[in-house]
Amino acid sequence: MRNMLTFIVNGDAIEAGVPEHFTLLEALRYEFGLTGSKQGCDKGDCGACTVLLDGEPVLSCITPAAEAAGREVRTVEGLAEPGRLSALQDAFDTCGAAQCGFCTPGILMSATALLERTPVPTREEIRAALSGNLCRCTGYTKIYEAIEKAAAVMSGRDAQALGPAGGRRA
Amino acid sequence: MRPEELRERQARSAEPPESLAELIEREFALIGKRLRKVDGAGKVTGSTPYTDDIAFPAMLHGRILRSPHPHARILSIDTSAAEALAGVHAVITGRDMPEPYCIIPWTRDETPLCVDRVRFIGDGVAAVAALDEETAIRALDAIRVEYELLEPVLEPEAALRPDAPQIHDAGKPGRNGNITKHVRLEFGDVDAALASSDVVIEGDYFFEGSTHAPIEPHCAIGWCDALGRLTVWSSTQVPHYVQREIARVLDLDVATVRVVQPAVGGAFGGKSEPFDLEFCVALLSMRTGRPVKILYTREEVFYSHRGRHPMKMAYRLGATKEGRIRGVDGRILIDGGAYASFGLVTTYYSGQLLTAPYAFETYRFDSTRVYTNKPPCGPKRGHGSVQPRFAFEVQLDKLSERLGIDPIELRRRNFIGDRTRTINELRVTSNGFLACLDAVESASDWCRKWRRMPFGQGVGVAGSCYISGTNYPIYPNEMPQAAVQIMVERSGRVMVLSGASEIGQGSDSAVAYIAAEELGVPLDYVRVRSADTDLVPVDLGAYSSRETFMVGNACVRAAKELNLRIREAVAAEWDVPAQRIRLAGGWALDTGDGARRIPVSEAFNIAEARSGPLSAIGSYNTPKDVHGEYRGATIGASPAYSFTAHVAEVEVEPETGVVGVRRIWIAHDCGRALNPMLVEGQMEGSAYMGFGEALMEEQIFKNGESGRAGLHNAPSLLDYRIPTSLDTPELEALIIESVDPEGPYGAKEAGEGPLHPSIPAIANAIFDAVGIRMDALPFSPPRVWKALQHAAGHARWERSRPPGTRPGVAAD
Repeated sequence: MRNMLTFIVNGDAIEAGVPEHFTLLEALRYEFGLTGSKQGCDKGDCGACTVLLDGEPVLSCITPAAEAAGREVRTVEGLAEPGRLSALQDAFDTCGAAQCGFCTPGILMSATALLERTPVPTREEIRAALSGNLCRCTGYTKIYEAIEKAAAVMSGRDAQALGPAGGRRA
Repeated sequence: MRPEELRERQARSAEPPESLAELIEREFALIGKRLRKVDGAGKVTGSTPYTDDIAFPAMLHGRILRSPHPHARILSIDTSAAEALAGVHAVITGRDMPEPYCIIPWTRDETPLCVDRVRFIGDGVAAVAALDEETAIRALDAIRVEYELLEPVLEPEAALRPDAPQIHDAGKPGRNGNITKHVRLEFGDVDAALASSDVVIEGDYFFEGSTHAPIEPHCAIGWCDALGRLTVWSSTQVPHYVQREIARVLDLDVATVRVVQPAVGGAFGGKSEPFDLEFCVALLSMRTGRPVKILYTREEVFYSHRGRHPMKMAYRLGATKEGRIRGVDGRILIDGGAYASFGLVTTYYSGQLLTAPYAFETYRFDSTRVYTNKPPCGPKRGHGSVQPRFAFEVQLDKLSERLGIDPIELRRRNFIGDRTRTINELRVTSNGFLACLDAVESASDWCRKWRRMPFGQGVGVAGSCYISGTNYPIYPNEMPQAAVQIMVERSGRVMVLSGASEIGQGSDSAVAYIAAEELGVPLDYVRVRSADTDLVPVDLGAYSSRETFMVGNACVRAAKELNLRIREAVAAEWDVPAQRIRLAGGWALDTGDGARRIPVSEAFNIAEARSGPLSAIGSYNTPKDVHGEYRGATIGASPAYSFTAHVAEVEVEPETGVVGVRRIWIAHDCGRALNPMLVEGQMEGSAYMGFGEALMEEQIFKNGESGRAGLHNAPSLLDYRIPTSLDTPELEALIIESVDPEGPYGAKEAGEGPLHPSIPAIANAIFDAVGIRMDALPFSPPRVWKALQHAAGHARWERSRPPGTRPGVAAD
């Protein structure tokens, strides 16, 4: 059984017949071709599927697609500005915050929600905001540094004042 | 665009003329800089396709039926009901692919689907291809398998008993078929050395198994075209071996099989051999003529495993009263799970890789790997050597306690040195271990913390070494271990064709940095195509920390060859010696005449006009004089070794047994950091992963009383408990550069070595904090709490304080 539903995804209104058992993640990946959001566990453990629903991070793999109908969905595909990376994406790229990159879309969405709520978060606030997103590569350090750098750039502070990204050289 | 316009545009993207004088002075233009990764933009925009992001028209979805029993004989499989379901296109069983395989050609003991016996809960039995996943799942439910249950063997000691049920048939009569491999090697007279040692430290250690848990589950797509040419896209880290094994098992001409590795979402050794799904998608596609995809569930990732082997280890360590190591004697029982995987190598590594960075006067190890009815173990980051390293570095801490010598000083006294041989005859070249110790000692403020912090707080140190690639390929051959082809195009674009498997570690970026460095182009001019067996020269894959070292060396050779050809052409044009020409910063420069330069693409055109299209293949093979001549001497041999030291600082709550790690200082000798940002990322990620194994993660199984015997206790990321951002300590990466004579620009590995010391450093810090020895992993609250009840830890803690610092005792 398919339900005809209207979704607002990254600003586009999409009307689609979505199987009624589909999760939001399945609708995004299989119906809309938006494969940036990842499936790591399919049960709400890893956070790789995190998207914003009306600005709040949700786990799209355990959110029924029907629940997102008519509400504003933002995914990693909606972050970049035309032809260039957003400040947050750029900071992830220049700080080495993405290694395998599989958790990155979900982490970017959690971080986006954080920065919209708290433009200059403390390290503790960042840790708390990412606690539902598992990263297996980085040890999180470079991710924190990237979010702090983006916060500095977005709030107009001089990013260079933070010093070079990353740890120290002996 | 007219040539002058192109020239002007390219000159704008090159380094500005005023910075060229400084650029010429530098040894490197790009190497050593914190550059973006070449695949970074795709990853931060979500546009990079991973295997599961790829879909083809008319693609079918496959699923694998898995055994619910730890050990059973398959009496019959009835697939007729599944085949009759609407939407089911093919059903296959083990009898369709009976040829056994293994990554190690001498221990071929598994088939893609079980033929007549299942050996663990999760072993594959049959596979289906259907229109969609839901239909495939219904089809699995419709398959009827009749099993005759056999007694499972769950503990390694039980597997060793002469009357134990045999998990695999013995190769020779009278042998125990449950033994994968037994290795005993002795160097010098260990018993005599121990007997004449001033002190002997004995200890029993247990390393619980752990798994890789990459966030991307394994996924593969097979597509056999109408002429029988097969392509498999797979989340593998060894496309070359997958190509070979698919061809062999399915009896295809390997030249008609293509394996493509899309972006991989984490691997850590967990994708470094062929898996059942790769064979299944290939055969299902051959049967249906349509592309077939299989994506593991998270549960299946846990069953497929190939993770860290549980090891039970007994060590005796003899030393002089000054702390010099006289003899080391280790006995190790390795729990291998149901199949061999890399187990032959694991068994050697458990002993062979312990012999640096400390000099051993004598050494013996006796390691046995046995089969049990559990998911197969294999190589996880720091393959085979993380477990003995944990035990040995705790042994050293106990020696330090016994002798009253600072554990960093004790390690310095035993330093093996550089440009030397280990007791088991491994050739060591560069060795920055002392600098690693200095770095963590100073960064952690060790001298003011060790044995001086209040009860409940402590610091611990540990060291380690690891290989930069194995000296020999997995299947014997004389061909190069790695090769890279570079093609330079008229526009200035540089195409690098690399066999290396980019799994997040940055191997695509490493070759791009090298090519840009040697050819003088901006990084944006470099394109990398990697790990597609149709396009790139053979590389053996991302295992044993070989990519930077071996593929890097191959890339340096190709790039230097082109660099010379281009410089010679420009030199001839300008009528100056070729050594005066440098390609850097987007320019071909005359270093003898500061004003003379052309955009590098013009130099490429001059060279192409002179000698034809610009392309070169560089390759790397290992030197063969780096090991001894005894049986097994080649396993553990590497062209170079990395070295690491960690200090961990912990806080222990005596009331609850909860251990909090505040910070880990990681000093790692990576030879030279091609990009320090990426090296730090490997160091931090390694330390994080070791931390998780030390405190949280457990790959454990129900024993029959707590649930079905052999069933994974918690096959989910939440229950298995990998660390979250709230659990992970502060990590501080300290890069040490010893500049290796054999490495590309002096580089060595950084992806695996820095994991090793995390675990013993934390164990030793717990002792410093509360006076208990944690000799079994993980250091979970119940274990720590129990140890605190038994050990009268506080008294031992007080005794461990140096005179003058004991609480309540006034300083002299």
